[in-house]
This record gives sequence, structure tokens and C-alpha cells, in this order.
Amino acid sequence: MTRKTVKVDVLARVEGEGALKVVLRDGKVESAEFNIFEPPRFFEAFLRGRHFVETPDIVARICGICPIAYQMSGVHALENLLGVKVEGPLRDLRRLIYCGEWIESHVLHIYMLHAPDFLGYDGGVQMARDHGDAVKRGLQLKKVGNEILQLLGGREIHPVNVRVGGFHRAPRKRELAPLAEKLKWAREAALETARWVATFDFPERERDYTFVTLRHPDEYPFNEGRIVSNKGLDISAAEYDAHFEETHVAHSTALHSHLRDGGGAYLTGPMARYNLAFEQLSALAKETAREIGLGESCRNPYRSIMVRAVETIYACDEALRVIENYEQPDRPFVPVEPRAGVGHAATEAPRGMLYHRYQIDDAGTIADAQIVPPTSQNQACLEEDLIDIIGGFSDLPHKELQYRCEQTVRNYDPCISCATHFLKLEIDRG
Amino acid sequence: MEARKPRLAVWKFASCDGCQLSLLDCEDELLAIAGAIDIGYFPEATRGEVKGVYDLSLVEGSVTTAHDVERIHEVRRRSKTLITIGACATSGGIQALRNFADVREYISIVYAHPEYIHTLETSTAISEHVPVDFELRGCPINKGQLVDVVSAFLAGRRPNTQAHSVCIQCKLKGNVCVMVAKAMPCLGPVTHEGCGALCPSYDRGCYGCFGPKETPNAPSLSGWFAGMGMDSKGLERIYRTFNANAEPFRKESERHDAQDRKG
Ligand code: SF4
Ligand code: SF4
Repeated sequence: MTRKTVKVDVLARVEGEGALKVVLRDGKVESAEFNIFEPPRFFEAFLRGRHFVETPDIVARICGICPIAYQMSGVHALENLLGVKVEGPLRDLRRLIYCGEWIESHVLHIYMLHAPDFLGYDGGVQMARDHGDAVKRGLQLKKVGNEILQLLGGREIHPVNVRVGGFHRAPRKRELAPLAEKLKWAREAALETARWVATFDFPERERDYTFVTLRHPDEYPFNEGRIVSNKGLDISAAEYDAHFEETHVAHSTALHSHLRDGGGAYLTGPMARYNLAFEQLSALAKETAREIGLGESCRNPYRSIMVRAVETIYACDEALRVIENYEQPDRPFVPVEPRAGVGHAATEAPRGMLYHRYQIDDAGTIADAQIVPPTSQNQACLEEDLIDIIGGFSDLPHKELQYRCEQTVRNYDPCISCATHFLKLEIDRG
Repeated sequence: MEARKPRLAVWKFASCDGCQLSLLDCEDELLAIAGAIDIGYFPEATRGEVKGVYDLSLVEGSVTTAHDVERIHEVRRRSKTLITIGACATSGGIQALRNFADVREYISIVYAHPEYIHTLETSTAISEHVPVDFELRGCPINKGQLVDVVSAFLAGRRPNTQAHSVCIQCKLKGNVCVMVAKAMPCLGPVTHEGCGALCPSYDRGCYGCFGPKETPNAPSLSGWFAGMGMDSKGLERIYRTFNANAEPFRKESERHDAQDRKG
């Protein structure tokens, strides 16, 4: 019997700190652990006792790379609780700011974190020596996403302008106009990005995933909709806890999310959205997907880089749509008054669905908060990928196998810092 | 022979990754920076690693575990110049809210099996553990300031950052004071400049994400807030956010906490 262990002590090019351990026995994967040694930061605990209006600023700090996702799920959950509907231009502006985050996050992942795996570099900076034009295009494209965040939010990391009920200040129509020009360039650059990543060599591996995403009748999912899966799930965000559970086990680093009643691991994020909402992409995004050979559904996790590129085209199109139709509202926010209750929301962070639940009292003080970040939701699925997929590569020499394992994790764009539930791990080096 | 380029390392402790991400968000300068230095260790950006000593270490995040305490000493030993970036690294960050609470209670709120969790009762700044050559404030840091600090290091000069208040920046920008004109509580008078007076420019008061400025008079500002109707709970909370453990903010929040308990 031969037994070998593939270990990566500090997993590079992911957000936060993680490690990986895969044990192979006679060429089959015996166990796979994606370990996270991010120390706990206790957000859910210290949200208790805060006033609800502080939520967007506090939850943004969970993650520097997708602060908008936290702000959006937080404000939507609270508005659900307070019985407030944010509509018209304010609702559109929220889609716009989310487009900014999708663009910067997807492009960072594509160019700096994931493409180097396919082209054989340690990172984007090293890749720039041979692929200077591509990296420059990526950086400029990412910058357009960040410019949306800067204009609407004040800055790209932890924007200051989001509040429960809307924004502190709504932009004037003419402030948005220069963005439109940049977005037209960005849309072209996103198209070239899609064509570029389509030339990479993809391992031919597919899995029968349970995809979970939001579904809205008229739009590609961002902020609102029912939670659905390709295996029959169709619930409101308020029913989340009845259908999903998080478990805390000694041998694992993290709370793992599963579907209850044996539903098992599931995948959220770009591939889930793409497979369940393809029809709602913009015409150009759909056309490009067909042109680069992606088809209407994709079950190969390595091709998620192509899906991200297609979603980037969509985000540019959607941002342009919002800017072209925008009329400045009379007031930048809908006034909100505290009342006791419980509120829920899920939104689509770039890397997957993010669920929030808050309970507040009559004075608006938070009594309880629950936050389930995308990485927590994808963690079990990621480990299943390692077990299912890596087994097929077990003949590779050690270094290449290790590289393949890392790449498999990076398919997910895991965001470890924001995984508020992750634990410090004692790694078993036995 | 070409002179060896200075070698950079970027380290992470408890944090949201936002401050080190600021480096990757310098889209216009990134390749120039990467041309002037050798990236020796920066796991968020590259899997390559050069072992040994680093000329410049940028440290993000706060110390929250026993292992962190050991690790920061090792980082110091291996760094010629050590610069901390962000509120986590310079004041303990938002995770320092545990310093005012019972961490065991926090653990039991979040985790089903508290016995699996190993964490210190406090979250502390890097400078409480090792000597630090320069501290860059902000949650997150301002990337313009980051580029300046890295350039200053390369040029052997002092960074150009100021320690005055957000108020001064508002005046320079020509902002109308949100406290005077709109009766919004604003921490600008006691907060360190660096953001370019962002919040007042977006019609809201400053919430102090750059931490205390030099010689702040927080008790006086609290008096103004109280006059605007803020109660002692509110006063306690306003100083307890992203720089809750920075001394002037900590002292002021504790004063109101004590008052609140007296009733
Ligand atoms: S200071 Fe703020 S932005 Fe920087 S790492 Fe800490 S939480 Fe993130
Ligand atoms: S105004 Fe205050 S809270 Fe707002 S960004 Fe500046 S320092 Fe941070």
C-alpha cells in the first residue's frame, strides 16, 4: 500500500490564510481538508448591542475584497425587518455599486490569482514579464470596477456611502457620465478577457453539482430573489435556516454548510448563477459565452474562470444600463424607523451567496446576528472536488499534483478572511 | 553589476485583507512598484517565496493568538524595516472590541464547540509586541499614502503623511461642516487625516476609521455630542469601532461606559 500526502502550508493567491491537506492511498483520495487558520474575529458576537444603523460600516470590515456584498446583504436584511422597500433609482444604484464590486473582484481573481495557474507562473506580477499587455489590460479593467466603487461609495475598500434605506448621498446624473465612457472600454476589455481565458488548457473534469443561487423573475441575480437550486429547492431568504445548516466539527477548520435532510454539499457563486440564470445575462454576455465554447451550462470547475469573464461582461452591460437610465432621486434614502423583529436577506457576492439574519428590539439595538459567508457555504463542496477530481490526477508527480490541488481550491476564489466562522486549526501532520 | 533590489514581504495577522489589497488596488503603480522591489513574500499575490531577511516588511492585522505573538517576533527578526499598515495593525482593529468583553462569551455566541477555539482575550497592535519603524493609519489605509510610504522607503526619505485632523482636510477641501450646518455628530475634530475628509464629502459625519489624531481632545467633543442629544451608550459606542483600542478613544469610551453603569 502506498500512501502519500500532499500538503500546502500557506495557500497562496487566496484572500486570507488557508492550508490544504490531501491524503492519497493507492492512488485514491482518502481524505481532503481545506484548512483555514484565520483566527476568529467574532463579528456576530460584537454586532449584539450595536445600533442597527451601524451595520453597513461594521459588516464591511469582515472582508476587504467584497465589502459591498456584506453591506448589501446587511441593509437588505434590515430593510426586510423594518418593512421598507427601496425602489427606483436607489435600487438601481445598488445594482450599480454591486457591478463595481463584481468587476474588480472577478478581474482581480482572473488576472492576478487564477490565470497564473493556467500559464504556469507564481503570480500576476511574475506573469506580467511575459504577458505584459494582458496584465495591463486586467489592471485597467479592474480599475474601472474600482472607479464605480469610488464614485458611489467614496472608496473601493469599505465604502462609506451605503446606509439602511439607500445612500448618504446620491450622485448627480452628470457625475455618472464619465463612467459610461470608461465602461464602454471596459466591456471591450472584458470581451477580450473572455477570449483570452478561453485559450487556456482546461483539465476535462465535470461534476454533478448542486447549484444554489438567487432567482429573480426579471434580472440576473444580485440583491433580491428566492433561493433556488437545480435540484428543486425554491425558498425565500427567511426560510434559509430551515433548509441549510452549519456544523462545527473537531477535525475541520470551519463551520461547513450543508443542505439539511441529506441534501449535502452545494456550490454557490459564478457557476451556480450561470447555470441557473443564463437566460438573464445580457445579449453580449450570452453571445460571447457561445462564441468561446462555454455553452449554456458549465460543470467543469476549472472553466469557472471563463464564467467569471462572461459575468464581467454582464456587469459592464448592466452598469451601463443603470447609468443610461439614471435620474437623480429627490432624496438619497428612504427614512427608516426602528421596530422589533427579525429580518433576513441573501445577496450574490462575486464568489457566492451571502446570507444575513438580524434580530433587533424596539430601540433598534441588535439582539442577535447570523452571517453565513460564501466560503463557508462552498467549503464542503470544495473538499468534495478535491476528493472527486484529484483522484483522477494521482499519477502526476508530487509537485504537479500539489499545483493541481492548489488550482482546484483557487477555482473557488475562496475568501478566507470573510469566513467569520473559521477557526484556528491544529494541523494533524501524522 | 546591477545593485540588488530591496526585498519586500507582506505579512498578515487578524484582519480583513483590505489593507494589503490596497497594494493590488494601485492599478497604475503596481507594475512600477514591482519593478523597483523584489517581492519576497506576499502570499495573497504570489506563491513564490524567498527565504531569509527582508528589507521592508509591511504588516497587516492584529495579534489575537499565542502563535501570533511568536510569529510577530520572528517577522521583526527577519525585517530590516517594519511598517504596520491599517487600524488592525496600529490599534488592534475592530476585533479589539473583545478587549471590552468576555471573550469566552463571544466564543460561545459564535461557535457550537468553544473547546476547539484557541484565542487570546485581547486583540493588540503590532507595536505592543515589537518595535515598529512607521505606522500607517486607516481602516483601510489610503493607497496614495501607501505608495508614498513605499516610495519614501525606496528613496530613504520620511513619508509625507500628516497627523492633523479630518477637520483641517475639510477646510482645505472647502466642505461645509456637517456638525455645524446639519447637526450630524462627527468625529472629524479628533480623527487622524488620511482619507481626504471622505465622510463629510458624502453628507455624513466621520466615524473615526483613521483613529485618533495627535493630541485629540475627545472629552470636549463628547460634550458637544451630548448637547446634540447623544446618551452615554451612544457616546461609548461612537469611540468603539475600528480603532476602539487606540488609547484616546479607549479612555473616552471607558469613561462613558463607567458613567452608564453608574446610571
Ligand atoms: S485596518 Fe480595516 S481595512 Fe485594514 S485589514 Fe484591518 S479591518 Fe481590514
Ligand atoms: S471621514 Fe472619518 S470615518 Fe470617514 S473615511 Fe475619513 S477618517 Fe474614516
